[in-house]
Amino acid sequence: MTKIRTQYDRRSFLKISAAAGGGMLIGFSWLTGCVSSSEPEGLAIPNEWFEINGYIKIGDTGMVTIYSPNPEIGQNVRTSMPMIVAEELDVDWKNVVVEQAPLNTGFYQNQFAGGSLSIRLSWNALRMAGATARRMLLDAAAKEWNIPVSDLTVAQGVIKEKNGERSIGYGEIASKAVGMEVPEEVELKEVKDFKLISTSVKNVDGKKIVTGKPLFGLDFQREGMHLAMIQHPPAFGMTVKDFNQDEIKSMPGIKDAFIIDTSLEKPGRFDEIGFKQLIAIVGDSTWQLMKAKKALKANWEVVGELEDTQMHQDRMETMLASGKFQQGRKDGDTEAAFKKAAKVIERTYSAPFIAHNTMEPMNFFANVTDDSAELIGPTQQPKALEDSAAQLLNLPVENITVNMTRIGGGFGRRLYQHFGIEAAAISKKFGGPIKLIYTREDDMTQGTYRPTYISKYKAGLDENNNLIAFSVQGTGMPESAVFPNRFPAGAVENYTAESVAENTNITTGAWRAPRSNFTAGAEQAFIDEVAELAGKDPIDFRLELFDRAINNPVGGRHEYEAERYAGVLKLVKEKSNWGETKPGVHRGVAAYFCHSTYVAEVIDLVMEDGEPKIKNVWCAVDCGIVVNPDAAINIIQGGVVDGVGHAMYSQLTFNNGAPNEMNFDRYQLIRHSQAPEKIEVFFVQNEIEPTGLGEPGLPPAIGALANALYGATGKRYYKQPFVSYQPVTG
Amino acid sequence: MPTFNLKINNENHTVEADMDTSLLWVLRDTLGLVGTKYGCGIGQCGACTVHVDGNAMRSCLLQVSQASGMEITTIEGLSKEGDHPVQQAWLEHDVPQCGYCQAGQIMTAAALLKNNPNPSDKDIEGAMNGNICRCGTYVRIKEAIKTASKL
Ligand code: FES
Ligand code: FES
Repeated sequence: MTKIRTQYDRRSFLKISAAAGGGMLIGFSWLTGCVSSSEPEGLAIPNEWFEINGYIKIGDTGMVTIYSPNPEIGQNVRTSMPMIVAEELDVDWKNVVVEQAPLNTGFYQNQFAGGSLSIRLSWNALRMAGATARRMLLDAAAKEWNIPVSDLTVAQGVIKEKNGERSIGYGEIASKAVGMEVPEEVELKEVKDFKLISTSVKNVDGKKIVTGKPLFGLDFQREGMHLAMIQHPPAFGMTVKDFNQDEIKSMPGIKDAFIIDTSLEKPGRFDEIGFKQLIAIVGDSTWQLMKAKKALKANWEVVGELEDTQMHQDRMETMLASGKFQQGRKDGDTEAAFKKAAKVIERTYSAPFIAHNTMEPMNFFANVTDDSAELIGPTQQPKALEDSAAQLLNLPVENITVNMTRIGGGFGRRLYQHFGIEAAAISKKFGGPIKLIYTREDDMTQGTYRPTYISKYKAGLDENNNLIAFSVQGTGMPESAVFPNRFPAGAVENYTAESVAENTNITTGAWRAPRSNFTAGAEQAFIDEVAELAGKDPIDFRLELFDRAINNPVGGRHEYEAERYAGVLKLVKEKSNWGETKPGVHRGVAAYFCHSTYVAEVIDLVMEDGEPKIKNVWCAVDCGIVVNPDAAINIIQGGVVDGVGHAMYSQLTFNNGAPNEMNFDRYQLIRHSQAPEKIEVFFVQNEIEPTGLGEPGLPPAIGALANALYGATGKRYYKQPFVSYQPVTG
Repeated sequence: MPTFNLKINNENHTVEADMDTSLLWVLRDTLGLVGTKYGCGIGQCGACTVHVDGNAMRSCLLQVSQASGMEITTIEGLSKEGDHPVQQAWLEHDVPQCGYCQAGQIMTAAALLKNNPNPSDKDIEGAMNGNICRCGTYVRIKEAIKTASKL
């Protein structure tokens, strides 16, 4: 048995009880709609609920509410986080309903969705919450029957006397458990005793999603609320001077129009740096607001450089040639090794800016009064929003509440706070509750885009085709994508990794698997080409390198565990029957480690009517314990589709500071007919604490795709997107 | 403002709206039927798909004035109990990730199966190509459509 200190006291429990239970249920009636749809069958709705702790509320009929603390962006934490609590609580999952917890930094930790960290950072806290409640329920039953806890067993929410007849359900004893002492230490289950974790549990919101129930920020309604839209300058490097305010205000259904300023004195990493002065319009209906936006005549002022795509490419190339690098890592003597190498190969890879394009555009509800602010909507980082709102509105954080709706896609986009802040600024100036809605064009042209990158790779082989030297030099706007301590660092005698950044006024930010989403594709395509030059099988070549990193690692620490890295490659080799050839079928492999998870992928591709078609993808994943296997498979499949799609088709280009692609007519996202026909996912079985899945499935897909495409077309792919603009619609 | 009589999910509604208002925003803003989603407003993403006289249509491209007198079905009216074969298959395959695009996907799939009860892979791709899923649930959607065709 693992024992764990509970770290919380009675007071913190009570604090959350007020916030999570009463507060949310009474205060935010719409959000009670955010209860999961799996209503327990055959269980009556409780008359009374008992807050056992901030994660768990038990009703007198045995129904159990588990609060899910983190934002749900499609990574399925609203199912998997409560599963972890339920496992340790030992309750029948059928009797569980899930509710979204509000932001409460006094009780929950790490209430954000980013870096594939939700499960990894909360694993212990969630288990502890369940185990603590279980113990308190057992203590209450023991006290009731006047016997020691050791004489009791519990399964599926029913406590039984070991050597007797008596039994009692959680619902019947919950009222007594509330008054029990919170144990200082609790026992956690052994991994082998898990009953719920590692079984496939359906999405708790499934029924609501397929029946179109209001769940998302864009669906949020509040009596008396108005709608609002913004207009930002048409180009990066511009700001608003004035606009035809009177004309706009006189349009039908328009209540007000004004300029807001969202500048903060001390902006954080996730605050807006691009468009801080915006035109805001408030009105009755979305349609009338859209018409008002079309009728806008604004004077924009150029305040910065108006950049374009050719300029970006030229500047990055110049920067790369300038040699002004910062060294990230140096093992051995790369220069000398390249000189004595029998074969040297050098290749340059690039990728464009891309937009997030969550299917639900940015939006937020705000109700700002003189001394309070209520913010509700899709945010991946409620705490950062609360802090920024406090700054903007000059209010203490205690007077601000943030609640999370279900989120129609995140991918990093909603780590940024500007749309919530804009909603707050509009509500304050308008003097009433509003919901801010972005059009798709607003969303695509005021992004926090994936940066654009260039990396140059160089490798040297000796006469026996051993890799003796490897270097990578990268730049990008506004950052390089090079990870100095990742593979093949540690596996090559002479190794250097260098970076230099170039400036841009295009706003950028975290985009699903930041930097890895480019580097994996570049590095794994390069390794493939190096293996070919060495006359070696691409998997064997990589395994040789991992052997070196395992047996005799070079230099200081590296980020990855070579055994686990090699493990996923071996698993994918076996599952894909690597080595088997089929006429007309071209294979590519790639492996990548990021966000603490290892993924290797093999892609089988054929050419159909001159177009590449992916027939099959095999994914081998090592993320430690898999909490909810089918959902885990889903997110890895999504990562593959997303990686393939963006590498093949997507880019955001600029002309005079303005994005050329503003909607899905020009900006291409992968569609049904372009998606892989089949994606199989296999997990390495182990008892390592779980790591994230939202991001790691994506990066290797790009490398595997480039390598499979090479087989099909005989061409290597260095520049994303691999296929130029080709609108495909239904 | 002109008024329009709309028949949505077998119920009659009288709504006031500008002539050119798209049906999507009448559904969402005026009638509170928010299951139909906004994704692009230009007929490119399929999030707003509804049935008009039994056919899948983009409600963002349909003006309210054109919609009068037609039988409109939204995701809320696809089935009474949420048990249309497509909805059942979607749950069985646990298709959704973020879920935002799924109402549109389901409406397109339901119309496809009505006209073509046993679609081939090519038929499915052809019919579904107008529905974008940024989360990349395409593989499961295809499997779910095949399951639904057998229900
Ligand atoms: S919103 Fe109608 S097709 Fe995108
Ligand atoms: S499930 Fe998220 S866009 Fe389709």
